[in-house]
Amino acid sequence: MNNTYYSKLIFELSQPGRTGYSLPKNDVEGYCLCQLPEALSRQQEADLPECDELTVVRHYTNSSNNNFGVDTGFYPLGSCTMKYNPKLNEELAALPAFTGTHPLQPAETVQGLLALYDDVQRILSEVTGLSRFTLNPFAGAHGELTGLMTIRAYHERRGDVLRTKVLVPDSAHGTNPASAAVCGLEVVEVKSLADGTVDVDDLKEKLKACEGRVAAMMMTNPNTLGIFERRIPEIAALVHEAGGLMYYDGANLNAILGVCRPGDMGFDVMHINLHKTFSTPHGGGGPGSGPIGVRRGLEQYLPNPQVVQQADGTYTIQSDDEALGSVSAFLGNYGIVVRAYAYLLSLGRENIAMAGKLAVLNANYIKEQLKAYYKLPIDGLCKHEFVFDGMREEYGGDHHDEDAVKTLDVAKRLLDYGFHAPTIYFPLLFHEALMIEPTETESKETLDGFIEVMKKIAEEAKADRQLLKTAPHHTPVRRLDDVLAVKAAQFAFKDLT
Amino acid sequence: MQHKYFPHTSEDLRQMLEVIGVNSLDELYAEVPEELKLHRELDIPGAQSELEVRRTVGRLAADVKPLVCFAGAGAYDHYQPSVVPYITARSEFSTSYTPYQAEISQGTLQYIFEYQSLMAELTGMDISNASMYDGATATAEAMMMCVHSARKKNVVVVSQTFAEEVLRVVRTYAHFHGVDLVEVPAKNGLTDLEAVKERLGAGDVAGVIVAQPNRNGLIEDFAGLADACHAVKALFVVNTVASALGALRTPGEWGADIACGDAQSLGFPLSYGGPYCGYLCVKREHVRKMPGRLVGATVDADGKRCFVLTMQAREQHIRREKATSNICTAQGIMCLYVALYLSLMGNKGLREVNEQSYAKAHYLCDALVRTGKAERVYDAPFLNEFLLRIADRDAFFRRALEAGLLPGVKVGDDQLLIAVTEKRTREEMDALVQLLK
Repeated sequence: MNNTYYSKLIFELSQPGRTGYSLPKNDVEGYCLCQLPEALSRQQEADLPECDELTVVRHYTNSSNNNFGVDTGFYPLGSCTMKYNPKLNEELAALPAFTGTHPLQPAETVQGLLALYDDVQRILSEVTGLSRFTLNPFAGAHGELTGLMTIRAYHERRGDVLRTKVLVPDSAHGTNPASAAVCGLEVVEVKSLADGTVDVDDLKEKLKACEGRVAAMMMTNPNTLGIFERRIPEIAALVHEAGGLMYYDGANLNAILGVCRPGDMGFDVMHINLHKTFSTPHGGGGPGSGPIGVRRGLEQYLPNPQVVQQADGTYTIQSDDEALGSVSAFLGNYGIVVRAYAYLLSLGRENIAMAGKLAVLNANYIKEQLKAYYKLPIDGLCKHEFVFDGMREEYGGDHHDEDAVKTLDVAKRLLDYGFHAPTIYFPLLFHEALMIEPTETESKETLDGFIEVMKKIAEEAKADRQLLKTAPHHTPVRRLDDVLAVKAAQFAFKDLT
Repeated sequence: MQHKYFPHTSEDLRQMLEVIGVNSLDELYAEVPEELKLHRELDIPGAQSELEVRRTVGRLAADVKPLVCFAGAGAYDHYQPSVVPYITARSEFSTSYTPYQAEISQGTLQYIFEYQSLMAELTGMDISNASMYDGATATAEAMMMCVHSARKKNVVVVSQTFAEEVLRVVRTYAHFHGVDLVEVPAKNGLTDLEAVKERLGAGDVAGVIVAQPNRNGLIEDFAGLADACHAVKALFVVNTVASALGALRTPGEWGADIACGDAQSLGFPLSYGGPYCGYLCVKREHVRKMPGRLVGATVDADGKRCFVLTMQAREQHIRREKATSNICTAQGIMCLYVALYLSLMGNKGLREVNEQSYAKAHYLCDALVRTGKAERVYDAPFLNEFLLRIADRDAFFRRALEAGLLPGVKVGDDQLLIAVTEKRTREEMDALVQLLK
């Protein structure tokens, strides 16, 4: 990453008369767009940039130098599983068979594509202990929504239409309640205990209060605090007894790969983020992929279109009337699935469990060395991630003092040292949450470097609070004015004054 | 256990376990109940070296028949400048996270701001969000936005001139979100404007959604529809194939409140259906009801102009169940595909793409009809996609596949929806015509 700010927009490089493309000469004559009726044609010409090729290449290359990525440095970003994105995956996803095929090309001409889809589907089923997966959902949140639709379809088909309540722990990802709302379900929050796990007594009360109306309970395990929910079999039994299904938010699946499986814990439906657990790139916020899996007996509700293997071994694409409907026009973000497949083959059965174990090792290693500097509200072994509740008081952390060093200041100071910040102010259970997830692809040297810097920042906080309050100092731009962004409401070049 | 994706040496392991105070990696899972543990290897394929993975995946790739593409129906085979895959592969862009830490994410924020600017310009709307998953889910989100914007109105009218693939998704979202979706059947292959207006008059309509060009490739005339919607305080939503906006009257010019659709036609590879990029643009007054991320301009502590994720009070991580949508980030780097494509093509390039696609599609349509074995199903104007009724269609389709041509998308028992882009050559088109003779 380059610390010199490159501030131009492509519109500011435009010069009338320049062009950055080339097309062959039109080889048919006698037809002209001008034959279209005036009233159906564009009235006012679009104001698009006019640039030569090198101008465009330099612009985006310079702009990329202001960006931080996994290839640049360490991302201790909780709940995001920022592992290394293997280059082999990119090479294979770029093969013409994957990039050049139309989604409605007849099934008999794309058997290799369907076989790959089905292979991934089968591998994910085994990894999670479930029966069948659809790879159609485009992202984690989309998978959640699709999973909840599956659950609603299950209840509806049985005539159980009053089940509209979804139980969600108060530590859950914000998408859980939002997905429930989009799916037409009502959220009932379940409390956490002091150790961050689900309060089973509160759950029992909520189940009782919602008798006959429980559609599902959404959980992640390990939870967002990185704590394994030991009482999961009991929780699953309670929810099942109440007629609800168990939904597993797969955001934290990496921690338990090959060690234990959501299906064996009593979960019925789950999503996986291929861009977290299975190494596909985050792309600055997409495209991701959010496959969902279901236990035996729920397969028929998975969305259309479906890839089905025939008795003769060939594949077809089918639509099933029992299905919940469709959540995508075609088979989802197929290009992302190809990348995950390459990763699954590269790890294989021999190495897949090691990914989770090393991630857990890395998380505990950081936690143990920093807990003398940062408040650790929940002690003991964590899984792939853990949460600090701000800096310890002896280093200047204080929830009640407005001017004390806050989590935001620590996060911004980390940027000066070449690290991405952890996830901050989530989960909502802790006022100054600083959520750290290292992933297995980070070396001990990288972790040691991060630990040193975190300690140094604590010392800085004690010596010179203002240094942190005004951080970052060495990034392409300094702290941004969020309030002005809302007030100015400039969302396009034409709005800029 | 040494693997190229795992950096830990046995000495690292020893030291790290010692710091943590456990004796083995397995001990890190001490609190997991034994009966939940797998106690065996997963039954998945064994680890493959890089050469073997290439071979395995290469074998699957070889089991795909490459065809010259005359299919459309929502995915179009347009020219992609070489710069686009080159720049988008830069790992500074591709391996970064959602730009929450704006100070080290100006690259991403800048291209999303450019994407928003370009899409607003192209659709003739005020504000674009930072992308949706695809055109179908963007349309479903637009439908939900209509209901959220209306007070106690729950009916959304959708014209059945939408591609079936999109309609299926909209229906699914409507069902689970409790939207009363009223589908108005097409008339002569076009939106039945009178029937839509009649339904508007009957009350409770929160929005009307139409497609341009429609499922039959026809260009629709929406004159008067925006006024009819606004007279009863319903939102007017126009879904458009993005590249067609270089030639056709824009959603903004039709008076739309929301423009949505898929940006794939802006030179994206077909990629067997994804990743593509949904877009959603609105008039300024609707910005607070808009789903998805939004990048805005601001300044930093030194007064430098820069960009940041903004208006987050609409979103799930703040509002949880009261958010405008459950969507977090959507198609991220696909916005960069759009920004690069439109920066390179400019107005002139986009115009030429439409000119050539139009000319070639009309050339091919006329030539196929002249064989006497095909006729147009509807006769309204079209841009680059048209529906033909073809004698013995399935046999023609098979002959084309054998000749290495994907002649279109089958519709019903005897029709074929054919799309032509600037990439098709006269030679390829003549070969297709020859097969029908």
